[in-house]
Amino acid sequence: MPGERGEREGWATPDAGRTAEPRGLLPVPSALREVLPDAGLRRGTAVSVAGGDTGLLLALAAGVKETEGGWAAAVGLPDLGLAAAEGYGLDLRRLLVADDPGPHWAEVVSVLAGAVELIMLRPDGPVPPKLAARLAAVLRRSGCVLLVAGPWPGAALRLGVRSGRWFGLGDGHGQLVGRQVEVVAEGRGSAVRGRTVRLWLPDEYGAVRPLREQPAADPADPAVAAVAALSAVPASPAAEPAVEPRAPRVAAVV
Amino acid sequence: MADDRTPRVLVVWCPDWPVVAVTGDDPVAVTEGGRILACSAGARAAGVRQGQRLKLAQRLCPELELRDRDPEAETRRFEPVVAAVEAFTPRVEVIRPGLCAIPVKGPGRYFGGEEALAGKVGRAVADALGQPLVPDAVPGAVAVEARPATGSRPEATPQAPATSQVPAHPQIPAHPQVPAHPQAPATPQAQVGVADGLFAAVLAARAGVLVPAGRTAEFLAPYPVSALGDEALAELLGRLGLPTVGAFAALPAESVADRFGPSGAVAHRLARGLQPRPLVPRDEEPDLAVEQRFDPPEPVAEPLVFVARTLAEQLHQRLAGAGLTCRRVAVEVACADGRTASRLWRHEGRLSATALAERVRWQLQAWQGAGTFTGDGGGGEDTGFTLLRLAPDGLSPDQGRQLALWGQAVADDRVERAVARVQAVLGHAGLRRIEPAGGRGPGEQAVKVPWGEPYEAAVPTDAPWPGRLPEVWPAVVLREPAPVRVLDGAGQPVTVDGRAGVSARPALVVVRGREERVDGWTGPWPAVEYWWDRSLARRRARFQVVVGGGRALLLTVEGGAWYLEAGYD
Repeated sequence: MPGERGEREGWATPDAGRTAEPRGLLPVPSALREVLPDAGLRRGTAVSVAGGDTGLLLALAAGVKETEGGWAAAVGLPDLGLAAAEGYGLDLRRLLVADDPGPHWAEVVSVLAGAVELIMLRPDGPVPPKLAARLAAVLRRSGCVLLVAGPWPGAALRLGVRSGRWFGLGDGHGQLVGRQVEVVAEGRGSAVRGRTVRLWLPDEYGAVRPLREQPAADPADPAVAAVAALSAVPASPAAEPAVEPRAPRVAAVV
Repeated sequence: MADDRTPRVLVVWCPDWPVVAVTGDDPVAVTEGGRILACSAGARAAGVRQGQRLKLAQRLCPELELRDRDPEAETRRFEPVVAAVEAFTPRVEVIRPGLCAIPVKGPGRYFGGEEALAGKVGRAVADALGQPLVPDAVPGAVAVEARPATGSRPEATPQAPATSQVPAHPQIPAHPQVPAHPQAPATPQAQVGVADGLFAAVLAARAGVLVPAGRTAEFLAPYPVSALGDEALAELLGRLGLPTVGAFAALPAESVADRFGPSGAVAHRLARGLQPRPLVPRDEEPDLAVEQRFDPPEPVAEPLVFVARTLAEQLHQRLAGAGLTCRRVAVEVACADGRTASRLWRHEGRLSATALAERVRWQLQAWQGAGTFTGDGGGGEDTGFTLLRLAPDGLSPDQGRQLALWGQAVADDRVERAVARVQAVLGHAGLRRIEPAGGRGPGEQAVKVPWGEPYEAAVPTDAPWPGRLPEVWPAVVLREPAPVRVLDGAGQPVTVDGRAGVSARPALVVVRGREERVDGWTGPWPAVEYWWDRSLARRRARFQVVVGGGRALLLTVEGGAWYLEAGYD
């Protein structure tokens, strides 16, 4: 698990995320650094998670734990799986949840921006660009990161999950052990070209991990062995024609 | 003895003020944190005491009425008393509702001596409380009569109250005792006391005596050391064989400072009748006051309270930056028509920004209740507040103990303030925090608790929970499980029997009319809950399925019906 406080304060690591100035970036789990142009979330910006993949949202928010006593907030996300959030590394004792802000979501976000490091948000309907610009000013002033589940006008970075696929289930046996995803980032400036990274989101421990590592699990377990075999297959979009580019969210279906 | 000239202080004390502020028939008590905070005379006669647990109090006095503490009402009811005292000197310091102090130096000389001042203040307060005036029931008068004999005669006043944390003055055998006056139960009482320094003056007011200048140490000597307000120190001194303030005061100051540190030294100075902190003359007091002007004038008080929190935080930062702590904070408000009001509140470096803002709110409500700002004007545009100012008073160097606390308090205050503002918009339950919980399902691993409410776990978090889902938790947990249909290859609904047998392998999941092909499935995982309690009993079985496109769902079957409980997103 990333985010030992001792590691952060005491040891210089060669990672790019560590060398960046602490004020400017909110750290993210190491597996996600590669896909972000700055190897972290730039403070005071809005990041859109296209399609609203909740797992990616939670994984991005997990870095708040590495800030000193930083809080996070979830606005308009009543269906957030709190146990999963904890698995990704979020500190639930420092999480504020406003489940039903309704039309007041913008006001709630601007108030909370002054107090927390990161806000996860699902707005109540489409966001007018004017309102987004006003909130962008609030974010710049406070240095808070806004993670939006869905589109956001003027987002500094757009992240999305392509080709999500769960492993571990057979025909009447097994259990879910992890999901392979390809995360795509697109943004302005230095991040103009799309970056992609293949990840376990989550892995069998509920955390996020780069795909190239083999899951460290008991090979005697047939389900896990099957996963290991599957993950070894080089998965390119051409090799997986069944995968939809934008899998609809469960919450949207229901 | 009073080498650095401890100023003479007059204290007005209204016993059982929390009870006075609430309404209720005689056996009534005010509770805070599950214990008795104050009680009426009738309740006390039945054996109810401050600090008692509620159960014990109710057993002693079954007809006892219990009320929650209402600090706003306390401040509001206390306002006339403060106004009455303010007629003597503008420098009234409210220590808490029910207790206020004034310096004796100026008004004492003007009104013809301490005794005369005490008598006049006592009468004015009695008038303000609407108490029938019995001349010799005024404590000042009692003290005047006692004065000439030896110069130091603490007298017992009408029924020295036992509700206070500090016991009534222990009687020294040599001192004559004045017969206790019968106490009128319904009207609030007030007692006046004068001594060197605020600490001794509060005790003097509780005992209702005037302690002559320079004899404060003598007056304090018979009190138990717990009166000094430092529990840990009091316990230690008790074990050292120093049960009274006098015995503690007799120790050499240097040894006390060596052994007990700064807090012990402060207690020792109090015990000797000195100021808790030696006054440090400063060439020029830095102006640390913070203020906010309102243009256009603010017609209602609530925005001022929000501003007060910010101001309080700024004030604390400035104080911390200067390495100072303040004894009092003056809350000053100006109105559009030019009227101003100001009130001192005790601080001593102990109030957090939130607590200070709360005092501003009480004060504003008290002023509004007293009609301070709504009196004669009547002109529509002339009303409203134009200025809120917090000015620290009595600055002294910070002993350093608070510094760490400050930083922490400021960080937490930031969140607290944001929470308060969000709750003002969304309502109390609109913003919640998370507490870990226990259970089998994905939605039972944590509970959301409205901010500011205590939470007690109903079930243990670390219990084994047979039938609990495996470690990989779904990222989307629906608040209300959505009904779905699960069909087998022949288009027939899949059923699960009582022995957890599945009728056929699921082939299709229909979510809101959308058919999804099942690529993989596992289950059922039965979860039988509360089988011993018919009203709570639930039999459920859970399935994990992977549907078209590699998405995973958590399905529940209960009573023959299928539900979508969560999505692995």
